[in-house]
Amino acid sequence: MKQVTRYLPLVLLAVAWELAARLELVSSTALPPLSDVIRAWIELLKDGDLVSNGLSSLYRAFAGLALAIMVGAMLGIVMAWWKPVNTLLSPLVEMFYPLPKSALIPVTVIWLGYGDGSKILLIFLGCMLPVTIGAFNGARSSEQALVWSARSMGANRLRMLWDVVVPSAMPEMLNGVRTALALSFILLVASELIVAQKGFGYLIGSLGANGSYDAMYAVVLTVAFLGFAADRVYLVITKRTLAWRE
Amino acid sequence: MTLHAAMTAQTQIVIDGVSHHYRPPRGRAVKALDQVSLAVQNREFVALLGPSGCGKSTLLYLLGGFMPVETGSIAVDGNVITGPGPDRGIVFQHFALFPWKTVRGNILYGLERQGMPKAEREQRARDFIELVGLSGFEDSYPSQLSGGMKQRCAIARTLAFDPKILLMDEPFGALDAQTRELMQSELLRIWQRTPKTVIFVTHDVGEAVYLADRVAVMSARPGRIKTIVDTKFDKTDPHVHKSKAFVEKVDELWSLVKEEAIKAQGVRAP
Repeated sequence: MKQVTRYLPLVLLAVAWELAARLELVSSTALPPLSDVIRAWIELLKDGDLVSNGLSSLYRAFAGLALAIMVGAMLGIVMAWWKPVNTLLSPLVEMFYPLPKSALIPVTVIWLGYGDGSKILLIFLGCMLPVTIGAFNGARSSEQALVWSARSMGANRLRMLWDVVVPSAMPEMLNGVRTALALSFILLVASELIVAQKGFGYLIGSLGANGSYDAMYAVVLTVAFLGFAADRVYLVITKRTLAWRE
Repeated sequence: MTLHAAMTAQTQIVIDGVSHHYRPPRGRAVKALDQVSLAVQNREFVALLGPSGCGKSTLLYLLGGFMPVETGSIAVDGNVITGPGPDRGIVFQHFALFPWKTVRGNILYGLERQGMPKAEREQRARDFIELVGLSGFEDSYPSQLSGGMKQRCAIARTLAFDPKILLMDEPFGALDAQTRELMQSELLRIWQRTPKTVIFVTHDVGEAVYLADRVAVMSARPGRIKTIVDTKFDKTDPHVHKSKAFVEKVDELWSLVKEEAIKAQGVRAP
């Protein structure tokens, strides 16, 4: 119940939106009434546009993010545990980290074209480093005594890496993944807005260009809600995974 | 008495002329151990006693094989050690339990690494949980346990995979005074059930005299073995702490350690 009442301000915002539009405090092209937006949303759902574009967006985000998490986590842990790799890669990570990844949108299109490939590559590149840095910092904080305990119980180096360093890195790595999750939505929509033939971003762009502002708002709200829901679900998963921390 | 004269057929651990430098990431190397030699008998309980910073824990880590021996050598049952191994189990001051594993999971870990069959290791874990009095807490995480319980779990984890040698690094140093005393007699009880060679690092004189058969007193840095004192007492006597011989032994060791503690502080002895 408390969880629900926490979101009461959202209801207030919705009411304010509807009133502002109905009383024509703002122009209806800039902000169509919320009720119109909801009607447009139902329409989009019925004709299948929302679902087909949505599925293609979710596929891109999921594939890019999954790659980023796998490669990023591995990279961070290897960098933390093997000095030559760290010497080789940390200058690259430092240089590449602050680069706004949206600048790579045209580059990925040149490489992989207008379809899924360029979006997946962009999301992969953009989301990998937060995971890498989280995994790196987490792995570096593994307690010496835990490493030694595992070794003295018969774990070889590789086994110890998996049994001690990976779980030690988990809390910080999961924080990095949360950042990556948010970034994946940003990069997804940005890249689809600029060059794509389907996806949420494409839908927002083409509806806006056609002047169907109520439908455009409906898609924007859908993306916002999906981002929010993904983050909440992620927090629940994190909490379960880290239950041992109490 | 030289090292070689001290060796017999019963000798299990031979530490021969071990020196070690501690190298901080920045700054110059500090000599932590200087020409340490010690022979330990099979199933003997030896305490390494000394002021903080004397290198006693370093010596224990070298024995564990966690750091390479630079000068001298350490052999167990005639084999020079080259790395960590399950013949030498270790218990740390801050428990070093895997926080993401339950009590049972922690105790099972070593058994899994040894490749013990599942049914057998489950049984063995149960036995050791019972031995250290943690029944009912099998599924608790370390964060849910008190300090004393954590150390019981750590001891059970190490004993369960049955190392020949038990290395203990100030294992009761992080516990409150009452718990510490309980754990000391608890350790003796367990040790009598599963006899092992024990190397026990401590700076607590009473603890060393009570638990150990022999106490090796170490000097302030760089650590050397200053002297070795026999401290065999009847551990089953609940009043051993109060006996005249015990109190005198504690006094004797106290004055030896105090000299070193004063040196370690960099203060001239009064």
